[in-house]
Amino acid sequence: TKCVHLSPVSLSEVTATSRHYVDRLFDPDPQKVLQGVIDMKNAVIGNNKQKANLIVLGAVPRLLYLLQQGSSSSELRAECAVVLGSLAMGTENNIKSLVDCHIIPALLQGLLCPDLIFIEACLRCLRTVFISPVTPVQLLYTDPTVIPHLMSLLCRSQRTQEYITQIFSHCCKTPEHQTVLFNHGAIQNIAPLLISPSYKVRMQALKCFSVLAYENTQVSMTLVNVLVDEELLSQVFVRMMQRDQPIDMQLTAAKCLTYMCRAGAIRTDDSCIVLKTLPCLVRMCSKERLLEERVEGAETLAYLMEPDVELQRIASVTDHLVAMLADYFKYPSSVSAITDIKRLDHDLKHAHELRQAAFKLYASLGSNDEDIRKKITETENMMDRIVSGLSESSVKVRLAAVRCLHSLSRSVQQLRTSFHDHAVWKPLMKLLQNAPDEVLVMASSTLCNLLLEFSPSKEPILESGVIELLCSLTQSDSPALRVNGIWALMNMAFQADQKVKGEIVRALGTEQLFRLLSDPDSNVLMKTLGLLRNLLSTRPHIDQVMSSHGKQIMQAVTLILEGEHSIEVKEQTLCILANIADGNTAKELIMTNDDILQKIKYYMAHSNVKLQLAATFCISNLIWNEEDGSQERQDKLRELGFVDILHKLTQASDPNLCDRSDTATHTSLPLSFSFSLHKTDAHKHAHCVVGY
Amino acid sequence: VTGPPLNQSNVWISTVNELETPLPRSWSPKDKFSYIGLSQNNLRVHYKGHGKTPKDAASVRATHPIPAACGVYYFEVKIISKGRDGYMGIGLSAQGVNMNRLPGWDKHSYGYHGDDGHSFCSSGTGQPYGPTFTTGDVIGCCVNLINNTCFYTKNGHSLVYVCLCPQPNLYPTVGLQTPGEVVDANFGQHPFVFDIEDYMREWRTKIQAQIDRFPIGDREGEWQSMIQKMVASYLVHHSYCATAEAFAKSTDQAVHEELASIKNRQKIQKLVLSGRMGEAIETTQQLYPSLLESNPNLLFMLKVRQFIEMVNGTDSEVRCLGGRSPKSQDNYVGFDGSCCNGVMSSKAHPSPHSHKPCPPGPALLAAAAELSSLNGSHSLQQPNASTDVDMEVDHFTNGVTESSSNGFFNGTSKHGAQTEDCDADMEVESAQSKRQLCGGSQAAIERMIHFGRELQSMSEHLRRECGKNSVNKKMLKDAFSLLAYSDPWTSPVGYQLDSIQREPVCSTLNSAILETHNLPKQPPLAQAVGQAAQCLSIMAHSGSGSCAFAAVDDYLH
Repeated sequence: TKCVHLSPVSLSEVTATSRHYVDRLFDPDPQKVLQGVIDMKNAVIGNNKQKANLIVLGAVPRLLYLLQQGSSSSELRAECAVVLGSLAMGTENNIKSLVDCHIIPALLQGLLCPDLIFIEACLRCLRTVFISPVTPVQLLYTDPTVIPHLMSLLCRSQRTQEYITQIFSHCCKTPEHQTVLFNHGAIQNIAPLLISPSYKVRMQALKCFSVLAYENTQVSMTLVNVLVDEELLSQVFVRMMQRDQPIDMQLTAAKCLTYMCRAGAIRTDDSCIVLKTLPCLVRMCSKERLLEERVEGAETLAYLMEPDVELQRIASVTDHLVAMLADYFKYPSSVSAITDIKRLDHDLKHAHELRQAAFKLYASLGSNDEDIRKKITETENMMDRIVSGLSESSVKVRLAAVRCLHSLSRSVQQLRTSFHDHAVWKPLMKLLQNAPDEVLVMASSTLCNLLLEFSPSKEPILESGVIELLCSLTQSDSPALRVNGIWALMNMAFQADQKVKGEIVRALGTEQLFRLLSDPDSNVLMKTLGLLRNLLSTRPHIDQVMSSHGKQIMQAVTLILEGEHSIEVKEQTLCILANIADGNTAKELIMTNDDILQKIKYYMAHSNVKLQLAATFCISNLIWNEEDGSQERQDKLRELGFVDILHKLTQASDPNLCDRSDTATHTSLPLSFSFSLHKTDAHKHAHCVVGY
Repeated sequence: VTGPPLNQSNVWISTVNELETPLPRSWSPKDKFSYIGLSQNNLRVHYKGHGKTPKDAASVRATHPIPAACGVYYFEVKIISKGRDGYMGIGLSAQGVNMNRLPGWDKHSYGYHGDDGHSFCSSGTGQPYGPTFTTGDVIGCCVNLINNTCFYTKNGHSLVYVCLCPQPNLYPTVGLQTPGEVVDANFGQHPFVFDIEDYMREWRTKIQAQIDRFPIGDREGEWQSMIQKMVASYLVHHSYCATAEAFAKSTDQAVHEELASIKNRQKIQKLVLSGRMGEAIETTQQLYPSLLESNPNLLFMLKVRQFIEMVNGTDSEVRCLGGRSPKSQDNYVGFDGSCCNGVMSSKAHPSPHSHKPCPPGPALLAAAAELSSLNGSHSLQQPNASTDVDMEVDHFTNGVTESSSNGFFNGTSKHGAQTEDCDADMEVESAQSKRQLCGGSQAAIERMIHFGRELQSMSEHLRRECGKNSVNKKMLKDAFSLLAYSDPWTSPVGYQLDSIQREPVCSTLNSAILETHNLPKQPPLAQAVGQAAQCLSIMAHSGSGSCAFAAVDDYLH
């Protein structure tokens, strides 16, 4: 792509010679046309300027016309396809022009011709067009007869095999594409090509399988049972990962096995994963590999072990992977900047990719095991790297950095130490101000963990005015963001002082709070109930909140208890009632509400022990005899038949329940149920946040 | 070589010459501290000391150091029991390093320790290295003698490299420190948990890529013209006259020997290769009068071959007696290098043990009796000829069993490009024709016996003149042994009759002729191949591991 400034004279000269080539295509003598096409072929090879000229001068429609004409000799048609293929090899603009001239349907039509040389030339051109990023892949699927015809051409020659598989692997971008190819027998047709004598064919076939199997259970499940020359496909892939095979082949075979494993077709403890794929991918991360290979290797490895702690443990010790990854941050190196400008350019181009790949892999490595997280945070300058990664210009790097931070934030110890020492909350808060949803989800998840009660970052975050931000998240269209917003608020409200709670209620607004209580996403509902529970803790707070919002809360509680909700949601709601019952003035809101009392009675006799237990807590708080008016409440509840139920419950099989109802019956033990319940349960809640 | 046998698919068996440098196969009962007990073919190690302090540590080395010719070496140790505290070290140490220690603590010693997962490199302080290991784990130690590194493995997963001081002769070593510790070694008796072969494949590829990419001559064309010279000289050396001429012409080179001279050598070689030894000797004497005179050992070798060809029925002298024209009956066909003198195939030698000698026929018996008396052996004192022969047969058989290793197959090239000069009257004798001693003629047998006598006296004469020569003695003995069998072709010494055996004779004679012309007795190509092989063997001796992945044969197609 050299930029040459031509004087007007020479430009017209060039155009004149180019025009001559085009003119010859219109000669009445077919022999002369053929010679013209051949000359044109020789003129355009490696000459981008010439290619552009010919396109501008309208050679493409004429070539396509000659190619499609039944009266053209097969030699002429093939030569036309060759020239078009050559034009496609030029710039992206060339490809765009060709596609605009409807080259794709014309070439696909050409594939119906029996002449193999012509078919190969068409396929070669199609291949070049389809592998370009500017070509819409959908064009391959417009005509439903195309895919089956391509499948049938796979047996014609090594060239057709190479081009067709290359087209497939570039045009298979969605689950729908996978399904179309699968349904037309892609697996049976392509599997034998894995042992083709041609390396190119083997390689393209392998790439096909990697795109077909990606996140596709149906394909993956079929692949594990395929035999190639009496050998299982997975074993063929394992052989392709041998260390004397070309790196590209090793890497692509490892991808195939990774995708099959993630799709559930191969167990994570299968030796072909543990002893072959994983070590192969770790090798791909080594300094000896090219930067591109290291990026792909790290990303694939991160994906492979994401759900499996055992693989994470093995990878974390294999070849010192954790330390090896630290090298990913050293590009461009100070040496390359001075000595070699080409190398600097190359390094710069890959630096972002390397960093994001390393962050992804660290995130995956540290997602479950505390020791690994410790090892990661102890890697040289790791926390600094994450902090600077959070504010990089590349969204990809920011996202990966925050994923890494999120993974590490599952560690209580790291939250208490390195996270605080490096004030990671600052860049995180900045990130939350203005970021794409993808980044926001991760960042707000991380924030949830930073807001846990034991996190020393909680205080400074609170002071930074995070509440408004979180409240705005709860209004997002994305359920994930709503969950994270309300979750963070819930964590924030846990054991918070009255001031913070007041601020949360004020900032969120009761209207929004009750809107969230009817959110279609059950996760949002659960966390909102959790927030409500945390707000309604300690007697003064309970009475204060209930005095101002009692009516709406009781309404919402009634609605939820009447609605179709999961056991967990109902349990949480009954716990809220139990907290209300612990208030001084608030309990009257229950005692005066016969509908609610009937509901509590109903749940005390429910078949689910959890619900029985929660309802019983509620009652025992109401009849606690050290408080004013307990006698009256006991009398009323006796009237309503609660005592009988409590007696029945003392004979219950669940020891916990038995104990609670026993206490309630005798109402003599000096225990503050609601508070202890609240505390333990909320703690449980908080801890499940850590695992988020 | 002692110790439990290695798995036949063991990767090092083929690359390491175990006569020179045996592979480690077990722990050494001699090279260990007293607190170490060995069992199960010296593969199991257990601790039998007090194990109170680090002073009670104890190690054992393998029987042999790791040969550099392995290139990459690997062994595994399975932890059968971690004992009381699991203070176990797996690693390497040089001869003489204190055995009252764990591997890694001292100079020239390296170890990976189970209790803390640290790696110790000739130092009392370890570096954080890998996970800890305990009962049930399989720990491996891989030594890379190419880049002088080592890494350990745990349950088939490699940990990171540690560097070794370049130091030949490291021994596999294991150390234990507390009671109850038991470990089993696998020096290749069983398949390894770690895929060492895959690792070796990587290094083979690396070394071969290094060779392929080795920079050659910076001046343009230099390398190519050198290669062309080598090829041309090779063709000339072996007197591939027409090919050499054509090659020299097309590559624009001068040939440093006159064409007539090459043709002469070619003629002689052709005679030798077709088994017409008498004529070959005669022609040599005519063309190079002083050569055989000044080289009696060479003459003797040629004559012995002539004797063998007589037995074969191919030598010109016995052919004449058989009433057949030597020329028209010539049966060596240089075309495909196989022989058509009745022996089915050059590869079909019976092994020395697979055929018992058949009872000799009457003519053969007589001949054998005569020859054995000629041979000057103890049989001369035996009155009864027939029992004598039986004894001799046994005697010969034993002798052959020991000495019939066939060293001639390698090292000589087949002469395959002579068709253009083949005499038109050479023809192929039917392979089905029955093989008979000296072609079946009684006169020929008598001539052969007579020739054998002459050979015997020549041998005695030679011994008197030049002193004892075991090569000559053995050569003669092997040749005469042919007569001890009714069917010499299927006998344990029958390989001598194979036409392929003419090749070393031919090449020795050719070299001798060239030497008289002050031309190299070996072509540069053969020298280069020999040089490369020698270099590799020196590399193996000096501890350079890359030799394992650069076998000369891999480059000769």
